Amino acid sequence: MEKWYLMTIVVLIGLTVRWTVSLNSYSGAGKPPMFGDYEAQRHWQEITFNLPVKQWYFNSSDNNLQYWGLDYPPLTAYHSLLCAYVAKFINPDWIALHTSRGYESQAHKLFMRTTVLIADLLIYIPAVVLYCCCLKDISTKKKIANALCILLYPGLILIDYGHFQYNSVSLGFALWGVLGVSCDWDLLGSLAFCLAINYKQMELYHSLPFFCFLLGKCFKKGLRGKGFVLLVKLACTVVASFVLCWLPFFTEREQTLQVLRRLFPVDRGLFEDKVANIWCSFNVFLKIRDILPRHIQLIMSFCFTFLSLLPACIKLILQPSSKGFKFTLVSCALSFFLFSFQVHEKSILLVSLPVCLVLSEIPFMSTWFLLVSTFSLLPLLLKDELLMPSVVTTMAFFLACVTSFSIFEKTSEEELQLKSFSISVRKYLPCFTFLSRMIQYLFLISVITMVLLTLMTVTLDPPQKLPDLFSVLVCFVSCLNFLFFLVYFNIIIMWDSKSGRNQKKIS
Amino acid sequence: MAAFTIAAGTGNWFSALALGVTLLKCLLIPTYHSTDFEVHRNWLAITHSLPISQWYYEATSEWTLDYPPFFAWFEYILSHVAKYFDQEMLNVRNLNYSSSRTLLFQRFSVIFMDVLFVYAVHECCKCIDGKKVGKELTEKPKFILSVLLLWNFGLLIVDHIHFQYNGFLFGLMLLSIARLFQKRHMEGAFLFAVLLHFKHIYLYVAPAYGVYLLRSYCFTANKPDGSIRWNSFSFVRVISLGLVVFLVSALSLGPFLALNQLPQVFSRLFPFKRGLCHAYWAPNFWALYNALDKVLSVIGLKLKFLDPNNIPKASMTSGLVQQFQHTVLPSVTPLATLICTLIAILPSIFCLWFKPQGPRGFLRCLTLCALSSFMFGWHVHEKAILLAILPMSLLSVQKAGDASIFLILTTTGHYSLFPLLFTAPELPIKILLMLLFTIYSISSLKTLFRQSFTVIAQAGVQWH
Repeated sequence: MEKWYLMTIVVLIGLTVRWTVSLNSYSGAGKPPMFGDYEAQRHWQEITFNLPVKQWYFNSSDNNLQYWGLDYPPLTAYHSLLCAYVAKFINPDWIALHTSRGYESQAHKLFMRTTVLIADLLIYIPAVVLYCCCLKDISTKKKIANALCILLYPGLILIDYGHFQYNSVSLGFALWGVLGVSCDWDLLGSLAFCLAINYKQMELYHSLPFFCFLLGKCFKKGLRGKGFVLLVKLACTVVASFVLCWLPFFTEREQTLQVLRRLFPVDRGLFEDKVANIWCSFNVFLKIRDILPRHIQLIMSFCFTFLSLLPACIKLILQPSSKGFKFTLVSCALSFFLFSFQVHEKSILLVSLPVCLVLSEIPFMSTWFLLVSTFSLLPLLLKDELLMPSVVTTMAFFLACVTSFSIFEKTSEEELQLKSFSISVRKYLPCFTFLSRMIQYLFLISVITMVLLTLMTVTLDPPQKLPDLFSVLVCFVSCLNFLFFLVYFNIIIMWDSKSGRNQKKIS
Repeated sequence: MAAFTIAAGTGNWFSALALGVTLLKCLLIPTYHSTDFEVHRNWLAITHSLPISQWYYEATSEWTLDYPPFFAWFEYILSHVAKYFDQEMLNVRNLNYSSSRTLLFQRFSVIFMDVLFVYAVHECCKCIDGKKVGKELTEKPKFILSVLLLWNFGLLIVDHIHFQYNGFLFGLMLLSIARLFQKRHMEGAFLFAVLLHFKHIYLYVAPAYGVYLLRSYCFTANKPDGSIRWNSFSFVRVISLGLVVFLVSALSLGPFLALNQLPQVFSRLFPFKRGLCHAYWAPNFWALYNALDKVLSVIGLKLKFLDPNNIPKASMTSGLVQQFQHTVLPSVTPLATLICTLIAILPSIFCLWFKPQGPRGFLRCLTLCALSSFMFGWHVHEKAILLAILPMSLLSVQKAGDASIFLILTTTGHYSLFPLLFTAPELPIKILLMLLFTIYSISSLKTLFRQSFTVIAQAGVQWH
C-alpha cells in the first residue's frame, strides 16, 4: 500500500506507548506471599522447565497447585517453556525450582516485559495491521487511523503491559482466525482460531460465531457438494490442531481429565471477586451466590447465556456474512461475559477485540464501548498502581478516535446503523424520532458517571461498613452500560437487511 | 452536542498534535532521570530557603547555581508551588531527595512549561506559507513543521527523560524568531534578551541577532542593489534596542550588582575551569582533536618518539570533568576556541551584513552560529546540538536543499544524544522514538518536495 511509512509510524507509536506503560508496576509487585499474575507466569516457567510434562497439571510436592497452578491450556505451557529456556540462558536463578519463588528484580522485570513485547510484535500487531489493510470501502488514511485506534486501545495495553498477562497472543491468534475466515481462507482461519483456544480457554467465548459462520458457509455452498467437502476439511483441521497441541496429554485418560479439571473449575462458583456482569450486580440486591445450590447456578447461567446469544447465531447460520460475523462475535462474547460462569473482569478484552474490528463501521458506539470496558477494569488497575498510565492511555485513545473518525459527527440514525430498526418501530410509534438524541444523552451521562466514579474512587475513602463500595459501584455502572450494548448490538444484527455489499463477500 | 464537538477539538489538528505529545510526555514520567533532576531540586531548595545574597554562594551540594538570575527567579516561583507537593524537597540539606511526589511535581512542571513552546510553534507555523503545496493535511508545510517541532526527538528525551527545562526556553527563542519574521523587531529583541538571562548558552546565537537587528532594523532602507544606505540609520531604533537590552539586564543583574556579587555570578556562569570537553564528549571538533592527540601519542610511544614519563597520567577519555594538557598537539585554551568560533561564524555574519535576505537569511545565520559554536566552543554539552536543529526545522519545510541538510543534521544530531540514556529499560524507548522521528521526517519532507526532486532529476537527465 502507499503510505506504508505512515503505517510504520502508527506501529512505532503503539510500541512506544506499550513500552512506556511497561515501566510501571505489575500485578502483585512486592506483595508476598502470593504476589500476582506476574509471579504466576514466572512460576509456570519454573514448573514447565524443571518438571516433566506429565507433572505439569498435577498436584505434587514439587508442584503445589494452590500456588498458581497451571490453569490454561497446553499452548500457554509450551510458551512458558520457551521463555524459560531463554531465562535459563540469561540467569538460571529466575527459574530455579522452589528457590525462585517470589523472585523480583529490575533485570527480571525487563526480561518478562520483553517477552510480552516480542509475543505482541510477532502475533497481535501484524494481525491488526493486516486487518486494517484488508478493510474494504475506506480510504488509506482511514485504514491507518483505524490501525492507530486499535493499537492504542487502553484495556489490552494496561492488562498485558501493566498488570502482566499474555492476552495479545490469544487475541492475536483469534484475529488471524477472523482474518482468515473473512477472506475465505477458512482452513487457515480455523487453524489460527484453534491455536487461540488452545492458548486460553476463554477464547471459547468466540467459538460459537466461528462455528455458525463456517457452518453457514458450508450450507451456502450446498451440503451435497462443495459445502460437505469444506465441512469435512474444517473438522479435520480442528481435530488435527487439537491433537497436535494436546499430544503429550492424550497418552492417558487421567492426564486429559486433569487438564480439563484445571481449565474449567466448576466447583468455584458463579463469580469470584468483583466483575461487571449480571450475577455480581444482582448479588448486590439478592445474594444468589449463597442462596442457590451450585448446580442450579450452573444451569441458570448456561440457560441465560445461550438464550441471549441464540438469535444472532441462528441468523449467522442462515445468512453468513463477514459483517454479521463480526457483530455476532461482539454479541456472543458480551452474552458470555454478562451471563456465564466464573467470569473474570479481564474477559472483557474478549469483547473489546471484536468491537475494535467494527470501529470503522460504528465509530461512535465502538469508542463508547471501549471506554466503558477500560473503565470496568479500574479496580484491578488501581490495585496495581496503574492510575496514571490508565488515565493517560484512555485520553490518548479518546483523542485518536475523535480526530480519526470525527465520532461526534456520526451520531445520526443512519450512521449508528439503527435506521431499519427505527423505521420498524415508527410503524407502531410514529413519534419515535428521538433515538439519536437519546443515545447522545446516554453517552454524556455515561461518561460523566465514569469520570465522577473514577475521581471518587481515587480521592475518597469508602465508608467503614462498605469497604468495597466503589468497586461494586464501578461494576454495577459498567454492567448497566454493557446490557445497553448487548441490546444495541443484537438490534443491529437482527435488523441488518440484506444488501448487495453483503452478497459480494460470500463466494 | 455541537458544543461538545467544538470542545473536543475535532478537525483542529494542531491541538490534537499538542495534546498527543503531552500525553506521551506524561507516559515518560516513570523513566530514568539524570543528575539534572537533583540539580533542579537543589535550585528549588536554594531559592526557596535562602535569601538572594546567598543564591550564588551556596555550595552544600555540588550542583551549584550556574544559570543567570531569571532562571533562579523561575525556580523561586516554582518552589512556591512545590511546597504543596512535598515540603521536604525544599530543604537544602536533603541531597538526592526524590520522593514520588517530588518526581511528579518536577516532571509536571516541565510538561506544563512546554505550553510556551506549543504557543511558539503555533506562531512559527503562521510564518510559513504553504499555498502552493497539496491540499491534503499531512502534506502541508505547517503540519510537517508542527510535528517536527512538537514531537522533536531530542527535546523529548532531553527534557522529559534526562530532565531539563529546554522546552520553554526554546519556546522563547522560536517566539523571538517568529516575531522577527512578523517584523515585530522590538518584541523579538526583548524576548531574546529575556532568554539570554534565563540560560546564557543562547549567547552562541547572539551575534546573528546583533548583526541582523543592526543591519536590517537600525538601517531602515536599502539602496536598490541591496547594499547598505548609510543615511537611513535610525538613532531612535538603536537607542530603543539598547534601552530594551539594558533594562532587561538591569532587572536581571541589578540586585547582584547592588550586592557587589557580579564577579561571583560570572564565575558561576562561565566556569572555564571545567575543561575543554564535557564529561560525555560532545561530538565537536575538539573531540576529533583529542582523539587525534591520543592516536598520535600512542603511535609516538610505540615508535619511541615520546618519553612515557612526560605524559600526564590522566586521560581525556575517562569521562571526568577536569582540565587536561594535550600530549602531542598544542593545548587548547578558551581564547583559542573563541577565535576558532569567530572565524567560523565570520562568513555567515558577512553575508548577513552585506547581502541581507530578510528574516530567512537571519535564520540561516542563526543556525550557522549555533553550529559553529557547537563545533568549536569550550566545554560544549552534546545537548547544544538542539540549538541548531530546532531553528533549522523552520528552514527545512520551505526549500528542498535545506530539507536534505536538515535530515542529515537531525538524524546525526539525535543519534549523538543516545549516550545520554544508557539504562536498559530506556533503550527501546530511545530506539522507537528515534525511528519514529527519523522515518517521519524523511518521508514527509520527501513527499513535500517530491515535485522539486523530480524536476531536479529530470533536469539532470536532460543535461546528460
